[in-house]
Amino acid sequence: MITTRSIRPRRTGSLARREEIAFYLFASPWLIGFLIWTAGPMIASLVLSLAHYDVITPPQFTGLDNYIKMLTNDPLVWQSLKVTIFYALGSVPLGLVSALILALLMNQQVRGIAVFRTIYYIPAIISGVPVALLWMWIFNPDFGIINNALAALGVVGPQWLFSETWVIPSFIIMSLWTIGGPMIIYLAGLQGIPQHLYEAAEIDGAGPWAKFVNVTLPMISPIIFFNAVMSVIASFQIFTPAYVMTRGGPANASLFVGLYLYENAFQYFQMGYASALAWLVFLIILLLTLLVIRSSPYWVYYEGGSGEGRL
Amino acid sequence: MTITSTTAHPTAPPGITNALLARKSFRRHLQLTLATIIIVVGAAGVLVPFAWMLSTSVKPDGEVFLVPVHWIPQRLQLSNFATATATIPFWRYAANSVYITVLVVIGSVLSSSLVAFAFARLRARGRDMLFIILLSTLMLPGEVTLVSTYLIFKYLGWLDTFNPLIVPHYFGSAFYIFLLRQFYLTLPHELDDAAKIDGCGYFGIYSRIVLPLSKPALATVAIFSFFNSWNAFQGPLIYLNTMEKYTIPVGLNFFIDTQNGTPWNQLMAASVLAMIPCVVVFFFAQRTFIQGAVLTGLKG
Repeated sequence: MITTRSIRPRRTGSLARREEIAFYLFASPWLIGFLIWTAGPMIASLVLSLAHYDVITPPQFTGLDNYIKMLTNDPLVWQSLKVTIFYALGSVPLGLVSALILALLMNQQVRGIAVFRTIYYIPAIISGVPVALLWMWIFNPDFGIINNALAALGVVGPQWLFSETWVIPSFIIMSLWTIGGPMIIYLAGLQGIPQHLYEAAEIDGAGPWAKFVNVTLPMISPIIFFNAVMSVIASFQIFTPAYVMTRGGPANASLFVGLYLYENAFQYFQMGYASALAWLVFLIILLLTLLVIRSSPYWVYYEGGSGEGRL
Repeated sequence: MTITSTTAHPTAPPGITNALLARKSFRRHLQLTLATIIIVVGAAGVLVPFAWMLSTSVKPDGEVFLVPVHWIPQRLQLSNFATATATIPFWRYAANSVYITVLVVIGSVLSSSLVAFAFARLRARGRDMLFIILLSTLMLPGEVTLVSTYLIFKYLGWLDTFNPLIVPHYFGSAFYIFLLRQFYLTLPHELDDAAKIDGCGYFGIYSRIVLPLSKPALATVAIFSFFNSWNAFQGPLIYLNTMEKYTIPVGLNFFIDTQNGTPWNQLMAASVLAMIPCVVVFFFAQRTFIQGAVLTGLKG
């Protein structure tokens, strides 16, 4: 007891206990909130997913019925997953690459960088309904600017949001408007790369491409990784633009899984079924995230050791 | 040229070095010009939708549906703003949005800064495990808890009130806690020790040392939660049923639902009004805000 005291003088019994009590007091809002708004609802939704509940009559336990129906007897589930994955496959890589290219260009000591950074970042702060309305008007097949510009080039533009083929590409184009968010994170990462690494590469005779592949990419790969995980998760939660712009149409061609879940819960009042759907989404996201994390040792470089335990 | 070559220093031929340097600086110049052009074109692309929105918002009814597009209206019809805010009770919605947002911002900053202090400054058994749980909730899709939180609020009798949109923010949010903790960690520990010697308790250290030094990070959290609350759509859509209680986003969506043949000029006018607070806040605080956004992204 005495030896411990002499080695760690600031961690004596009562002081340490006081600090511990203080920790739990300060953290209590989140601890309580975690139980009420996260852990509790998660357990409740797991239980609900095994029941039939329409809010009015008491819930009935139905075992795995919801899951069986979801996987075997509801083509809209597959449609919504197809739509969401198609969107994610289009918007995530495209967004990551174009944000990175933009950041690389900005990092060339271009003049007025602060002004451009601001301009590119604005769309990221005004998400939501007004933006959805604006893009509905932009994509308007007859009077919108896109088809007007195409017409000026002699091209007849597609029906965009009214076309089963073009509705998801429309959403992908719209998502590119907000690459300013990931872009400023890349930019800060690029500015944090020590200059001596480039000088060393130059001495070794590296050209611009070799420097990019051997210095820049490895150094910012953790940021690419972070952005990739976050944007995949975000794709599975898309709701506002789908609800406002298309309501999932035409012919369910933009029925994002987030929208389908909302409809089940708050329009058809199938609370149990919606909960089962939510768990399916959760499992898919978990799988995708694990996939990205598992693959990360092959392409993410962490300074000072392996990437274990990061993120 | 000849003079240079005759007087050239034997060890370092300046003619060659100069030519090399010139070529290098020419390439550098070309690179910079190209980069600037692409950036300018991209920035124009980002701004065009805004210009289109502004232009539509002041157009007379007939000119909205003209092909090819008129970018500059022949006549400014500023009454679109008045018509739009009269068609839906826009200012009522604005008041609701302001009320909810103010309470959300206060709650987020207060609760998250307290919790972040615990994680950054106080040692306790189980702290690291709790922090990992906190981080993993960042990746939890909101859908999983959507239905059961709704049922909680229904049980509490809070449907069609502002409570479901405000109260949860008084329990700290993982993202803000994480952001603030990262910032608190950069403050020197010696300050805490000095305060302790002066007889400060833990709350004293939090309120007199850490908080005053963390103004930029607190401002970032305030701005983040402002944007999130102001733009929130799904929550208000689920929880608010009475028209008078709508927030601006729900009201705007309602606008388009009730109109046959959308009056795009009025709709864009209302959208402009809805965006103004965000843009104004962003311009006033962009330096702090961008630094904060970067802080969370980089340390992820």
